[in-house]
Amino acid sequence: MKAAELPTIVSTFRDIKDRAESHWRELRDNSKAVIMVGTATCGRAAGAMEVLKALRDEVKKRNLDCPVIEVGCMGHCYSEPNVTITKPGYPPICYAHVNPVIAERLIKEFILGDDPCLEFVLAAAEENDLVPSFSDFPRAQYEKKVVLKNCGQIDPQQIEHYIAHGGYAALSKALQMRPEDIIDEVKRSGLRGRGGAGFPTGQKWETCRYAAGRSKYIICNGDEGDPGAFMDRAIIESDPHSVLEGMIIAGYAVGARYGYIYVRAEYPLAVHRAEIALRQAQKLNLLGKNILGSDFSFDIKTFQGSGAFVCGEETALIESLEGKPGLPYNRPPYPATRGLNGKPTVINNVKTLASICHIIENGAEWFASIGTDGSKGTAVFALAGKVVNTGLAEVPMGTTLRQVIFDVGSGIPNGKRFKAVQIGGPSGGCLPESALDLPIDFDSLTDAGAMMGSGGMIVLDEDDCMVEIARYFLEFTQRESCGKCTFCRLGTKQMLEVLDEITKGKGRIEDIDMLMELAQDIKAGSLCGLGKTAPNPVLTTLRHFRDEYEAHILEGRCPALMCADLITYYIIPEKCERSCDACVGTCTVEAISPNKQRIKVIDQEKCVKCGTCLTACPPQYNAVIKVSPPSEVPAPKKGKTRK
Amino acid sequence: MKTVSLTIDGNKVTASEGDKVLWAALDNGIYIPNLCALRDAAEPAAACRLCFIEVEGCSKPVTACTEPVQEGMVVNTKGANALRLARTGFELLMASHPVDCAHCASNGVCELQIIARHLSIKLKSKRFRKLLRELPIDSSSPEFVYDPNKCVLCGRCVWICRERLGIGALGFAYRGFKRMVTTFGGEPIAESSCHGCDECVLACPTGALTLKDQHGGVSRAQRQKDPQPTAP
Repeated sequence: MKAAELPTIVSTFRDIKDRAESHWRELRDNSKAVIMVGTATCGRAAGAMEVLKALRDEVKKRNLDCPVIEVGCMGHCYSEPNVTITKPGYPPICYAHVNPVIAERLIKEFILGDDPCLEFVLAAAEENDLVPSFSDFPRAQYEKKVVLKNCGQIDPQQIEHYIAHGGYAALSKALQMRPEDIIDEVKRSGLRGRGGAGFPTGQKWETCRYAAGRSKYIICNGDEGDPGAFMDRAIIESDPHSVLEGMIIAGYAVGARYGYIYVRAEYPLAVHRAEIALRQAQKLNLLGKNILGSDFSFDIKTFQGSGAFVCGEETALIESLEGKPGLPYNRPPYPATRGLNGKPTVINNVKTLASICHIIENGAEWFASIGTDGSKGTAVFALAGKVVNTGLAEVPMGTTLRQVIFDVGSGIPNGKRFKAVQIGGPSGGCLPESALDLPIDFDSLTDAGAMMGSGGMIVLDEDDCMVEIARYFLEFTQRESCGKCTFCRLGTKQMLEVLDEITKGKGRIEDIDMLMELAQDIKAGSLCGLGKTAPNPVLTTLRHFRDEYEAHILEGRCPALMCADLITYYIIPEKCERSCDACVGTCTVEAISPNKQRIKVIDQEKCVKCGTCLTACPPQYNAVIKVSPPSEVPAPKKGKTRK
Repeated sequence: MKTVSLTIDGNKVTASEGDKVLWAALDNGIYIPNLCALRDAAEPAAACRLCFIEVEGCSKPVTACTEPVQEGMVVNTKGANALRLARTGFELLMASHPVDCAHCASNGVCELQIIARHLSIKLKSKRFRKLLRELPIDSSSPEFVYDPNKCVLCGRCVWICRERLGIGALGFAYRGFKRMVTTFGGEPIAESSCHGCDECVLACPTGALTLKDQHGGVSRAQRQKDPQPTAP
C-alpha cells in the first residue's frame, strides 16, 4: 500500500463507521422499545415468521413507535422462536417458544403495560435484579463467543448493524498493512482450517500468495453437508458480513481479485442474506474497485451448489464451480497452487473466514491465547440428537466433550443414559463414555479415531444401536460417493452390505475381521477425503462397541432394541389391563386381539413392528415391551382368541 | 527434454522429466496393473486405484499414474503394502464383475485376466459379496455391443470419444454404485451421436465393449492397435 493512500482509507472508513453508528444509535436511543425476532432457518422452522408477522401487525394496529427487526440465531435453537425485547428501564429480555398469541401478549402487557411476562422468559441478555441472565446458565462459564459474537444480536440484512458492532474495522486495518504481514499475523495466530482437516490457514495463504499466476481466487466453502450440522448455515444467515470481511482480507493478503461464496442451494436463506450483504458492501465500496480508496479491488459472487455432499471436498467443489460434474481429482496439485480455472486458489471454510477479522483486529497473540497448544481459538459445534439444548455452541479448543454435552448441552433428555457422541459427521467417529474427558482439539480427536470435522456433534443415548448408527452413516457416504474411484464406490458398498446383514441378524463373525481389513484399505486407497474417512464410523464403533456387533451376530440380539429385524413387540400379560383396548384400536394391521381373559396378544405373523402399540399403551400399565432376540418371547398359550 | 534416472524394482531406468512413474515403468517393460491411465490425458484420472507402488522415503503407497519421476527415486512395485491395496481394489472390481470368461468375447485379451495373473488372484474371489447390477445390454449399434455390467468404469472410452475424437457420445452418469458409462439421457447408442468408429471398443480393457461382426470378439491384431501397453 502506498503511504499516500493510508489517510484516505482511514478517513473513508471513519465516515462509514460514523454513519453506521448514528444509524444504530437511532434504533437503540433508549427512548423506545426494540423487538428482535430470530429468523434464521432454525427460528423459521419453529414458526418465527408467524411470530414476526403477529408482532408487526400488532405494532401497526396500535400505532406504536417500536421497531421490530429480524436477527439471526443466538444458538439456543432448542427454544426457538426466540424474541428479544429491549425496553427502557429493563434489561434486554429474551423469550422462548414464542407463538403469535404470546407475541400479542408481549406487546399488550410488556410494551404497552409494565408486565415483562416472566412466564415466557428464557433469560436476560445482561445481568440484572429482575430475571436470570444468560450468564447464570451453567453453559456460560464454558462458552466463548468469537465467531458467533454477532449472531442473534444484529440484523444480518443491515450492514450498518455490523459496522456499528465493530465490523469492517479489521478490513480497514488490514488495508493499511502489507499483505505479507497479514499472512504472518494469521500464521502466528495458529488458526487451522475449520472445515475439518485442520490445515494451517496462514500456510495455505502463503502458498497461494507465492504461487505463480497473476489472477488468483478466494473461495468460501459453505457446502455444509454433514447430517446434523448447521453451523455454517447459521453463520451465513446470522452474520454474513463477517464471512465477507474475512474473504476480502484473504483476497488482499494473497493477491486475489475475485472470490466466490459456494453455498448449497438447499440453504436459500443463507444465499439470500449473503447476496444482500454483497450488495450492501458494494454500495459502501467495501467491495468492488479501489476498496476504501486503496488500490486493492475485489469482487465476490455467490454460487449455489446442487447439493452433492462430495462437493464440499475442495477439488470437487472447484470442478463444480467450473460447471463440470462435481468429482474430486488427485492432489497435488493443491488448489493453493493450481485451483479454479487452473489458477492459485484459497478455499477456506465459513468459520475459518469468519475468524479472520477477529485475528486482525485483536492480534495473533490474543487468538493464540485461546485454546490448546496445537489448536488455537474456538470451536463452533452444532449440538443435535439426544441432548437437551440442541443448537449452536462456541467453546475454546480444549474444552472437554463432557463439558460440551453435559454443561453446555445440559445432558441427555428423559433421564436416559449417555451412550456415545458422533463427532465429525460421516467422516468422523463415535466416541464412548470413556472418551468424554478428551479435550476437543484437532489432534486428540484424530487420535481417538474420530475427527474434528466441521462441527457436527450428534449425541446418542442407550436407545441408539451403534451398528445401526454405523450403517446409517455408511449408507449416507455410499449414496453420496461420486463413484469415480474403486475403493469408495465398491468398497463402501461392500461394507454397507455386510452391515445391512448384521443389523438383520444375518451377519457372520468373520465379517468383523473382513470389515476391519477392508476399512483400512479404503482409508489408504481412496482418491479423496470422502473415501479416506468414510470407514471411520464403522472403525470407531467396532473399536468401542464391538460387543454390540457380536450380540447382533452371535445372539441375534440388538442390545439397544432398535434393529427391527431383531426385535419383537410383546404384551406382558400380568401388566395388561383387561378393560383397556388402546393398543387394539391403534394397531395399523389388526395384529392385536384380546384372548378369553381379555388380555391382549400380538399375532407375530401379522405384526409389522411399527411400535404404535408401545406408544398407545397408557403409562400406568406399560404392558408393551420390545424383546430381543425375538425368540425370547414366551410362546402364546394355546387357545382361541376372542374375535 | 531433460531425462531423469530412477530405480524400479532394482532396474535402473531413465524417463523424461515430468513423466509419471507408471509410464516410465511400462516403457521399460515393468508391468504395473492399471485400467484408467491414459498417456495423452491432460491429468491422470487416478480412478481405478490399482497402480499402487512404494517409493523409498514415502511412508504410504502412492499411485504410479500420479507420481512424477524424480532423479534418484527408488520405486518398488512389489511391496507388500502396495500389493495389498492393489489386490483389494482388484477384488472389489471383480466382486461386481460378472465372471463368465468362457462366454465372453474378450476372453484371452481381457486386461482383467492379465491383472489377476499378475496379482496372483483368482477371478472368482470369495472374499467379498457378489454385487451385480444387472443392467440391460445395448446392442443397438450396428458396430458393437455395450454390456454395462462388464464395465469397470475406467473411462478410457469416454476420454477417447470426447477428448481425442471430439464426439462425446459416451459419458459418465449417476453417482456411487450406480455410476455408469452411458449416452446422453441414456438413449440407445444407435440413436446417440455415435459415429460407429469403434475406437471405444479398441480402448475397452474388458468385455464391456465388443465388436459385433466377429463372434469371437476383438482379435489380438486389433488389440495391438490399442494405445494401452499390455503386460509383457
